[in-house]
Amino acid sequence: MVAVTIELSGGLEALFGEQKTLKANVPSSGQLTASQLIKWTRDNLVVERADLFVQGNSVRPGILVLINDTDWELCGLLNAEIEDGDTVVFISTLHGG
Amino acid sequence: MKRPCDHCHKERAALKRPKTSEQLCKACFYSAFEEEVHETICKTKIFRRGEAVAIGVSGGKDSTVLAHVLSLLNQRHDYGLQLFLLSVDEGITGYRDHSLDTVRRNEQQYSIPLKIVSYKDLYGWTMDEIVKQIGTKSNCTFCGVFRRQALDRGAVLLNADKIATGHNADDVAETVLLNLIRGDLPRLARCTNIITGEDSPLPRVKPFKYTYEKEIVMYAYFKRLDYFSTECVYAPFAARGAARDFVKQLEQARPRAILDLITSGESFRIGDTAQLKLPTPGNCTRCNYISSQPVCKACVLLEGLNSGQPRLGVARSRGSKKKGNPTPPGATPLPAVPSHPASSIHSTSSPEAATLSSSEKHSTDCELHAGSAPLDQGVNSASSCRGSSSNNHNSQKLAALQQDRRLESACSCRHGACRDQQNGGMPGIDFREQLDPAWLAAAVETSGVSAEESGVFASAASMAQTSGAAALHRNDNRHVPASSSPDAAERNLVQQSAAGKERGASLPDAMSMLHVGDGCCNGSCRGAAHHRSDDGQTRPSSTAVNSCLTQLSL
Repeated sequence: MVAVTIELSGGLEALFGEQKTLKANVPSSGQLTASQLIKWTRDNLVVERADLFVQGNSVRPGILVLINDTDWELCGLLNAEIEDGDTVVFISTLHGG
Repeated sequence: MKRPCDHCHKERAALKRPKTSEQLCKACFYSAFEEEVHETICKTKIFRRGEAVAIGVSGGKDSTVLAHVLSLLNQRHDYGLQLFLLSVDEGITGYRDHSLDTVRRNEQQYSIPLKIVSYKDLYGWTMDEIVKQIGTKSNCTFCGVFRRQALDRGAVLLNADKIATGHNADDVAETVLLNLIRGDLPRLARCTNIITGEDSPLPRVKPFKYTYEKEIVMYAYFKRLDYFSTECVYAPFAARGAARDFVKQLEQARPRAILDLITSGESFRIGDTAQLKLPTPGNCTRCNYISSQPVCKACVLLEGLNSGQPRLGVARSRGSKKKGNPTPPGATPLPAVPSHPASSIHSTSSPEAATLSSSEKHSTDCELHAGSAPLDQGVNSASSCRGSSSNNHNSQKLAALQQDRRLESACSCRHGACRDQQNGGMPGIDFREQLDPAWLAAAVETSGVSAEESGVFASAASMAQTSGAAALHRNDNRHVPASSSPDAAERNLVQQSAAGKERGASLPDAMSMLHVGDGCCNGSCRGAAHHRSDDGQTRPSSTAVNSCLTQLSL
């Protein structure tokens, strides 16, 4: 199990029952990757319109991901390793401005 | 795995910039982000020293970051701009009321005066009431058309020279694609312009035209800016068009695609045939708002609402069928004279924020006079304006505006909304009434609103009191001093505005701008029958005055 804090903003809260912060224990046999976390999140935490969160095997284009306040593009994207105690932030850029 | 910043080589990189693929730390990212916007502003010359700029703010990410960055750059690079926040209250419970709370906090955070214009005041209907009539299918049509006008009207009330919006590079790229897909060549030719507004009373500028959405969101997130991101209750997830998704997918595959799409849009050379199809700007015969049709879209939609046929403007039954004298089913009939006109004050500006100090104001006026010199890096012109008449000020300002917008044929008097309610037009705002300092002074007396409490309003009122400006358009029997001739009053104001005015005093200044001479609008805004009395003077009918006052929301 990997303890992860998941934060949602930019309108994604609506897909997670209006929750902004979630604490989750994600089951993992080995190293947890961002790809696995996204899939687990979709299956276990999203309460509606999962297609607005996930597309294919990744987040929908337009959703930013930060791992411990760092752009996941610097961490290996889907292969980024998620450690115990990490904070992963999902921000939608698709809402109005 | 985590590399150091490509710029400072010290801090840990926090993000990868989509535009350049650089990996930057937070501090270097802020700096790069802000300076690129500064560069865009300088290169494209979208602002001129001394201008009043209304920043259209919704409380969302783009406009919140825009207000933050413009405020910061205005100070850092001494743009000499007078900034305002301008919000539209559509009247959507559970959505806009919350986002307006954000905007009000922004007003305090950035010390920029805020003006909120509401659909209810402008049109007599809230979106909640409109949706009750028409359901949630075409409601966005109403909202979009009304919002566009509302922003313009709010900006005119602020006497702004320009409206700045938070449209970003992703938005522009998406628009290019949409226009291409639709084969809309005239719009394709215009949509990448950083200054638009051919069909609006005021120019609109997009300082974020080259700024990626990802960077705006990252900036807001890292800086913990206070913004609002709940979906509109009537159109949840409405912005998920195929073009939007496509742009995001292109960005994922190759981030520069967004800039390249914009470059493509900029590079199109549209042939003469397409140019001919550009709409000729005219004015709505009912509300005088700039329109390529005899009756503007907002008036058509409103006529439908007020006559109980809300789908009139939506169902492509374009045109202006006379409906007799429709009575708005949902709208309150307009009372003769409001008992407390000032009760509809929406400005939450503090007097300090709303009014520049006299030294600041003098500098603003000088710079304004100095030019039409666009902002440029390091340019800080300071030629004296002593001795020049306000007429010159206004003429130059107006001429610059007209030249900028290549709208010589259109009315530039900003007199966008005088109208006669009895003609079936929308409930009106006469901006001249709005800006009448004598009326404002009287309103302060009767409303019990103290000068300290009423912000912009107070500065206008105090100007009125000190200048002794006479009422314009005043031929009813309220206790307001009336001038012998409205035109004489206008001339007074022109002269008064020449004699050491303050920018907060832009209200009388604005009045004089309304009619700086025959070059203004060729009298078209006086042309309506109800505005011409027997003696040839220009006055509104009392009906128009009443309707204007009822709707007044300064």
